[in-house]
Amino acid sequence: MADYPINDQMVEMFIYETSQNIEQLEQSVVMSEAEGFTPVAVNEIMRNMHTIKGSAAMMMYTAVSTLAHAMEDLFFYLRERRPERVDYSVLSDLVLDGIDFIKVELHKIKAGEEADGDASLLIATIHEFLAYVKQTNETNETNEASAAEAPTAKPEMSRFDGSDGPAEPVYEAVAFFQDGCEMENVRAFGIVHGLSELATVLSHEPKDLVGDETSAEAIRKGGFRLRFASAKPVEELRAFLDGTLFLQSLELFRADGEAPPAPEATLGMPQPADRQAAKALPKDSAEYGQPAQSMISVNVDKLDRLMDLVGEMVIAEAMVTQNPDLKGLQLDRFNKAAQLLHKITSELQDAVMSIRMVPLTATFQKMHRIVRDMSRNLGKEVRLRLVGEETEVDKNVIQHISDPLMHLIRNAIDHGIEPPADRQKAGKPAFGTVTLEAKNAGGDVYVLIKDEGRGLSKAKLLAKARENGLLAKPESEMSDKEIFGLIFLPGFSTKDSISEYSGRGVGMDVVSSNLSQIGGVISVDSEEGSGTTIMLKIPLTLAIIDGMTIRVGSSRYTVPTASIVQSFRPAETDIIRDPDGNEMILVRGRCYSIVRLHELYGVRSDTSSFTEGILVMVEHDGAAYCLFADELLGQQQVVVKALPEYIKRMGNIRGLAGCTLLGDGSISLILDTGALNGAIR
Amino acid sequence: MSQLEERLSEPYEEDTLQGKYLIFKLGDESYGIEIRFVIEIIGLQPITVVPELPEYIQGIINLRGKIIPVMDVRLRFKKPFREYNDRTCVIVTDIEEMTIGLIVDSVSEVLAISEAEIVSPTEMNKLYSSRYIKGIGSVGEDVKLLLDCDKLLQDKDLALLESL
Repeated sequence: MADYPINDQMVEMFIYETSQNIEQLEQSVVMSEAEGFTPVAVNEIMRNMHTIKGSAAMMMYTAVSTLAHAMEDLFFYLRERRPERVDYSVLSDLVLDGIDFIKVELHKIKAGEEADGDASLLIATIHEFLAYVKQTNETNETNEASAAEAPTAKPEMSRFDGSDGPAEPVYEAVAFFQDGCEMENVRAFGIVHGLSELATVLSHEPKDLVGDETSAEAIRKGGFRLRFASAKPVEELRAFLDGTLFLQSLELFRADGEAPPAPEATLGMPQPADRQAAKALPKDSAEYGQPAQSMISVNVDKLDRLMDLVGEMVIAEAMVTQNPDLKGLQLDRFNKAAQLLHKITSELQDAVMSIRMVPLTATFQKMHRIVRDMSRNLGKEVRLRLVGEETEVDKNVIQHISDPLMHLIRNAIDHGIEPPADRQKAGKPAFGTVTLEAKNAGGDVYVLIKDEGRGLSKAKLLAKARENGLLAKPESEMSDKEIFGLIFLPGFSTKDSISEYSGRGVGMDVVSSNLSQIGGVISVDSEEGSGTTIMLKIPLTLAIIDGMTIRVGSSRYTVPTASIVQSFRPAETDIIRDPDGNEMILVRGRCYSIVRLHELYGVRSDTSSFTEGILVMVEHDGAAYCLFADELLGQQQVVVKALPEYIKRMGNIRGLAGCTLLGDGSISLILDTGALNGAIR
Repeated sequence: MSQLEERLSEPYEEDTLQGKYLIFKLGDESYGIEIRFVIEIIGLQPITVVPELPEYIQGIINLRGKIIPVMDVRLRFKKPFREYNDRTCVIVTDIEEMTIGLIVDSVSEVLAISEAEIVSPTEMNKLYSSRYIKGIGSVGEDVKLLLDCDKLLQDKDLALLESL
């Protein structure tokens, strides 16, 4: 493949950088299509495209880099000539196709496969389109094309016709990379490699970039010196060099005959020193290349480790301050210091948690693309309205809701929003609106997907469920909520035909299973004729829950406080036993079944009489039951940890969501009240 | 290019671990586990029982904030359970990228056993028909049963099914 070593770290960096650029690119294109391709937007697109091209070329993913190059050509033309007659929807389609291609390649690279996609067809189409745009616009533009513009546009076309002979001016460049960017030698090689497209590289210092390990150090100290000859205008060369990733400063001057430091001689460009000073300002670097780095990306594993450590520290702190050895001592100063320690640890815990919080913005904005593609393919006019996208949730939560949101938006457009003609007949505006809203409420985040389309028909849902034998209880006893809930059953679809987007009855099943994995709850509300609202209730974070710790024998269990209704000690007379030995209790006229935890999990316990233990009533999805435990140990926030991989491999344990460490270092098992309910039945 | 150096040094490190076994005891028998699987040896910790697991998985323990499962190797080998005492150890191992603690009667030493001293399982098939042993090392007069760590973690029933 490449003639220099490409290691995993570089690949990882490439994937990370490129996926970010691709995401930005996709958004700018979709936005621009709706709001018009402004010069600012075109510049933004070009910047992203250029970075993708550069890093792909460095990593030798030629298909990606040539494709990006072709797209860049297209936007270069748009930027320089501002043609009037361009079919922007075709253009967007082309670019989005290209983006999809790169995404597929990225996936392959991520999976460790060869990026072997063939982009030549796409590139040919892009060239064709560019030629077409040129043809339709050039004729009446020739007069306008000013002398200043001509030389910049022309070299772009003549890029492939080789060198222009010996008369090429010679340039010298000195490049410094940002501190700590690492692998300076490989990055320098990237410059040489990329520059060979534009110029003839004569020499560079250090000479051996790849084989010699010390060259990175040399570049770090003395910069990367490069001599090359090129017929291209200096702006273009500078633009190319400035586009290099992690570039800190760059000096470029002509070296042939003319005095190198004389600024006037070098085509009126600013003095190197000025340039360098300007470069130091972060604002300038945004002009072409990497934006200023006020964000860093951290591997999630490291954050998890940090959180584990903080969790341990909180436990250790409790072990010190509540140490039994301190009992009965007069410890005024110790207590004061302990209080300070406690304040700092809890602040630290909050800070670590907040690092993991990510705004929903990126997840929400991705939906623009889906809305755009679908409304076009289905001949519907749909607008997506985002509300509260700045709401923050835990990183893990984001990963789990991205897919469900996509399915729900698809459903809203495919099933909900009617075709324009039908909408007008119903007295609604021709374009439908889908609202994606996020809001915070206590420890939960609510995500609402609202459409004002045709709504769900209860009669139709029931008929379909009857047909497929999915009804669990008599129709007359079902509440609206339960009827609407039918759409989440696997294999349930009210659509008669399967379309590109929906109809197989899989999507909603994915939604509900994905959500239940993160402890989310979904509910549907709909009015026939005026729209459907789907509400997702998601815990703010998966990592910490409020829990009530209970004791059964020597084992401890934690029940999420959110699902506890009440706890009480019953009188023996309240207990009802049916002939099968099932125990139930009557509370305020309702009958609840009792689960003896010690029996369910086979734990030895001395408490078997109800008058000695305690009943905890829990509710999940409207179904309530009582857990019987020995005693309540208290309520506290616990850090949720997954059960060890080996235990998970042994098979799913009924009703366990994970485990946690208590203040004394002992382990408590976290009960999953929903799964437990299913296990009892 | 410090990563490169690290990578280069890896096989070297592997070499020094090659052929070394941690010897532990179950009753009168000595067993050996390849030292590259072993992370550390700790004393017995309070064990939290996890329901619905095979008997030989005693539960989970808190190893400095990391929660790991512990397996009683006696029960795994269908030997009678013995009450834990102050000699009882947990060998923390990393097998197939999973951390798991092995509860053993006691730990004795680390031994280098060369390939030549190991009898392959085919020859000893009739003597010891245990699935978890991949060889017998004879050091001096003693015999050490060398564990096949991967098989140790496999589900018992699954292994049985496969052998049928």
